[in-house]
Amino acid sequence: METAKTKEILRIDNLDVSLVESGKTLIRDISFTLHAGETLCLVGESGSGKSLTSLAVMGLLDPGALRVSAGRILVEGIDVLAASAEELRQMRATRMSMVFQEPMTALNPTETVGAQVEEVLRVHGEGNAVTRRERVLKMFEAVHLPAPERIHASYPYQLSGGQRQRIVISMALILNPRLLIADEPTTALDVTTQRQILALIEEMQQKFGTAVLFITHDFGVVSDIADRIVVMNRGDLVETGTRDEILARPRQDYTRMLVSSVPSLVPPGRMPVTGAQILEVANLNKVYTQGSFLSGRRRVDALKPTGLTLATGEILGIVGESGSGKTTLARCLTRLIEPTGGAIRLGDTDISAMSQRQLRPYRRRFQVVFQDPFRSLNARLRVRDIVAEGMLNFGTPREEAYARVGDLLERVGLSVEMMDRYPHQFSGGQRQRICIARALALRPEVLIADESVSALDVSVQKQVLELLREICDETGVGIIFITHDLRVAARICDRVLVMQRGEVVESGSVDEVLTRPAQAYTRELIGAAPGRNWDFEHFRPFA
Amino acid sequence: MQKVQDLPGKAPAAARSRPRSRDWPVRVACAFLVFILIVAVVGPFLTSGDPLHINAANRIKPPSAEHLFGTDAMGRDVFARVIYGARTSIIVGFVAALASLLLGLAVGLLAGYFPLADATIMRVMDGIMSIPSIVLAVALVAITGANLGTVLIAIIVPEFPRVVRLVRGVILSLRSEPYVEAAISLATPTWRILFRHMLPNTLAPLIVQGSFVLASAILTEAALSFLGVGLPPEIPSWGNIMAEGRTYFQLRPGLIFFPGIFLALTVLSINLIGDALRDRFDPKLEKRH
Repeated sequence: METAKTKEILRIDNLDVSLVESGKTLIRDISFTLHAGETLCLVGESGSGKSLTSLAVMGLLDPGALRVSAGRILVEGIDVLAASAEELRQMRATRMSMVFQEPMTALNPTETVGAQVEEVLRVHGEGNAVTRRERVLKMFEAVHLPAPERIHASYPYQLSGGQRQRIVISMALILNPRLLIADEPTTALDVTTQRQILALIEEMQQKFGTAVLFITHDFGVVSDIADRIVVMNRGDLVETGTRDEILARPRQDYTRMLVSSVPSLVPPGRMPVTGAQILEVANLNKVYTQGSFLSGRRRVDALKPTGLTLATGEILGIVGESGSGKTTLARCLTRLIEPTGGAIRLGDTDISAMSQRQLRPYRRRFQVVFQDPFRSLNARLRVRDIVAEGMLNFGTPREEAYARVGDLLERVGLSVEMMDRYPHQFSGGQRQRICIARALALRPEVLIADESVSALDVSVQKQVLELLREICDETGVGIIFITHDLRVAARICDRVLVMQRGEVVESGSVDEVLTRPAQAYTRELIGAAPGRNWDFEHFRPFA
Repeated sequence: MQKVQDLPGKAPAAARSRPRSRDWPVRVACAFLVFILIVAVVGPFLTSGDPLHINAANRIKPPSAEHLFGTDAMGRDVFARVIYGARTSIIVGFVAALASLLLGLAVGLLAGYFPLADATIMRVMDGIMSIPSIVLAVALVAITGANLGTVLIAIIVPEFPRVVRLVRGVILSLRSEPYVEAAISLATPTWRILFRHMLPNTLAPLIVQGSFVLASAILTEAALSFLGVGLPPEIPSWGNIMAEGRTYFQLRPGLIFFPGIFLALTVLSINLIGDALRDRFDPKLEKRH
């Protein structure tokens, strides 16, 4: 057993990948090895080259755009780079296979999933139609899919995201490859599903002795599953080490910065907020009705009657999985969709039933920051006009507005000279800062941040979270912070609401909810949160 | 993150750096269109002939040094008529295209942004699109007589609902963009959201559509004139010249061939340029090679 464990499955020596056209190298001098039964996590922020590395191993680099310019990749001693297209095809699925991020796009929507998995067997000439079907059903059972017979005849759209990812995993593992490459396989899934998939990969690994190359940006996942870790940054390999070496004793400054940026699930311990109440929401709800000829009217309670309060200087977190109604709540609060009923009292005024025209003067009192910094800014306007827009709408003279744009940019950590640039000249984090500056320009009382840091890399995420906290403490703006990430909520929020299926299941101070959850669902969420046992900031496990 | 996300914006640059060999038809098309435009503008200086001068003694002559394309059944110089015809076709085409675009843009903005108006407007557009331009032209000619106005109306009316559909689609998709929602949150007046945040993003598809409307307008004008429900026969337009040449086609094929070749090349050039514009603005639609 011990000898099987130490067998080298993947060896990458001094790998360079460059652009065909310009010759620019995108990843440089990457070397690492992976042994049977081992899980190696390849971590790095966006643009670090981790996906390119995995595609190079699979021989899946777009030959028109990218090429391996130096180095060697050995899978079980076979040189992937020297292999012919036919040899590569033979190696895929039998020696190495891959699981992608988005299980919906990894499957063919017009074919049953059973047929798709059987096809893997068929193209590799395994068995006959009857034995292939049996083998697929057995595999479905092994990945814990309920009712394999029914799943076998299902189309991808009939399955949930977690079930689809199980199909993709069974497809990847059915020929028992020695190497499994998983490229962000759980990023598109909810935390509870993510936990199940991670457990499944581990189980399969132990059963078949597979070597797993796991690509992720999530240090929580890394701390849960990694045996060893490779840290990449901008195409360079920064550091390699065992899980404890990297997480507890990082040698490189970059690794140290990256690991300490990861929020921990245990809140830092905040004083209760004592500010005056600025927002009170009572029985706010949203019902969608769908008329259908056959089924009659169908009612969907996207948001069941929900109440909340917000004080000045307070950050209220709203957490939940997809479909929990947290975004519906945010959009009702901002009146971007019309609530079906209930009250939104901003000070003494109920804004929930106002017409858009009546609402306009009140808009300056509540502002919103969205998730996607790349789509939140009009690409055709200069930063100065983007940030000044609200002020101009409320009659601020142009010079005064532009002067304040300068102040705001400095406040959010950008510089005055950036005023005349266009959005595409900024990174994601910088764009999110511009969005925050735009929202703050009107001196709002309430700021609604809808997954505002979810699209950002962890180091940038930390900075933006710190910025929001500073602004909250400094200006007394109340922030409603919507997130699916409990660790982010733990870092920034004073109080949290936990939502499930359109209603609030638990609420309280962040300490109470995250350390002493009263509801089973909250406990389940916390239990599923990756990396809950590791205090990243202090490079140690929680006692 | 930034690098990956910036790629769509850089796609046009990538398109520009592609091998030149595939660009030549577009270059030729551009050159031809410029040539036609020059001909339309400086037409009278290119020929000493008078396109309206009737000379009974000089009927249906073959091409000669004096009459490059020969003469028609009334002894008029066909070369001069084709040159002046370019002017007519280009004017009718551009006016019709521009009017369709502006009208379609205005109605499309309304339909796309105001859900209450949407259903009504789009059903009316469906109705208008069901009117064939030739039937409309015949009806208009019967009421008001053949003139430039009836031709323009007969082209614009069936054409502009297509522009409405296009603009409405773009506006509908832009409405849910976070930057538009951000503008709503900033209490930006509706007209400013429409003109500042949405209109600029409709221009690229609108220009592409405009090129196809232009080509179709020139063709429709020629077709209407050829059928005798377009411009009055004395006005030199490519359709009119061909209509008159039809009777003598077996004797003098040039009467149809010369205006026909100008018409075909002009429309082909515009379509080629339209395709190139579409590839440039929206690389997704381009055929993969």
